[in-house]
Amino acid sequence: MKPSLYEARVHTWGRVSLVLAILMFMSYPLLASLLFGAAPDAGLVFQGLLAVAPVFWVVGAIEAFTFGPMLGSGGAYLGFVTGNLTAMKVPAALRAMQVLGVKPNTPEGEAVSTIAIAASSIVTTLVLLLGMLLLNTLRPVLESDTLAPAFKNVLPALFGGLAVVFVAKNWKIAVAPVVLMLAVFLIQPRLSGAISLLIPVGALVAILAARWLYKSGRL
Amino acid sequence: MEFSVNHPALFWLAALVILYVLGQSVFFLVKAWRRARELGISADRLRSVVTGSALFTIAPAVGVLLGMISLSKFLGLPLPWLRLSVLGALTYELPAAASVAKILGLSMEQQVGDATVYISIAWVMTLGILSGILIILFFQKRMEQRLHRVKEKDAKWSAILMDALFMGMIAAFLGMVFADIRMGLPGWIPVFVMLFSALIMAICGLLVKKLKLTWLENYAMPISMLGAMAFAIPLTRWIGGA
Repeated sequence: MKPSLYEARVHTWGRVSLVLAILMFMSYPLLASLLFGAAPDAGLVFQGLLAVAPVFWVVGAIEAFTFGPMLGSGGAYLGFVTGNLTAMKVPAALRAMQVLGVKPNTPEGEAVSTIAIAASSIVTTLVLLLGMLLLNTLRPVLESDTLAPAFKNVLPALFGGLAVVFVAKNWKIAVAPVVLMLAVFLIQPRLSGAISLLIPVGALVAILAARWLYKSGRL
Repeated sequence: MEFSVNHPALFWLAALVILYVLGQSVFFLVKAWRRARELGISADRLRSVVTGSALFTIAPAVGVLLGMISLSKFLGLPLPWLRLSVLGALTYELPAAASVAKILGLSMEQQVGDATVYISIAWVMTLGILSGILIILFFQKRMEQRLHRVKEKDAKWSAILMDALFMGMIAAFLGMVFADIRMGLPGWIPVFVMLFSALIMAICGLLVKKLKLTWLENYAMPISMLGAMAFAIPLTRWIGGA
């Protein structure tokens, strides 16, 4: 089948926009240097990177190889620039595909996932802009002790609903990774700080279990 | 120019980058919308994707806003505004800033007063998380081609593979919710919140199925998320785990 104009061009759009985005991200410290006549301290940057880059470069690489296929190309090119993938962009894309009844790795899934990620990115930008403009008014409310438990529990609130939909549909595939992850976190609770590293482990176990179920005719 | 973490020029620089990313989102939204229309998905259904995704995003975005406020005590507003509007997430930006603060023995409750330190932190934040974007830049096309080959070979397995990928991610978060249960009852709060969210979602699902409230399907996720977040407030007060 001949690819559509979208499919033929999405990688060019994506790659050009990513290169421009990287240049734009770097422009902030570069232009700040010019504005204030101050160069970065190379030793400090190196030491700072040494503390975070080994972990976060691995996390970023894992996220790219795990979420890239899930989101489709348009969604991945956009999602990796706008960030907040695990708590926002991936669930938004998943939810949208489920509601519309389209599958990932199909032209429909690709388009719907990209629309959901774009909408989510625009809303995040607007919320942060509004939040900044109304900071003095909002700060006491947002930082109040009353609301603190609600924001502390965003992830359980998000994944509870998401789990019902996906576990109900794929409970056979869900058993192995859920049991494994429960065991991992019960034995070593401190790993919750390394959730990004555990997502591919969960995905790998789920894929292996799914493959076994599929090959043995249980799916 | 005299340095300040909240210098107006820094707001303009941040705004410029954010405007670019906003433009990129609008560009992809328009292109994907047209593609979806070509594929026969109605404009009404696409509008429901946009409104559903927008509603679903508000609560986590307010969480990001809280992160921006907490980082602003150390870095002023423009840099956290920029970093959290684009690429980054608080889980990364906070340790990146903290690593430099630790090296210099600075308190993160006090604003940075030195341009060199500020610019160095900005570079650490920028460079320390570029791997994901670089891999997508160089490998996304290849990953897509490989997935298409799997699909051509065995379409059923291809669909199962994608479901398994999603399940892996969801399983990791479900496990994480149980991480603190050994702390006693307060450690169970995230579990109860998750179960409450699941309960609301199940009720929404029943309403959609039994009463044919199809419009609810699009709002079920935001409702279950916000409902469970609201439930966390009295629950935490009752159990006493704040």
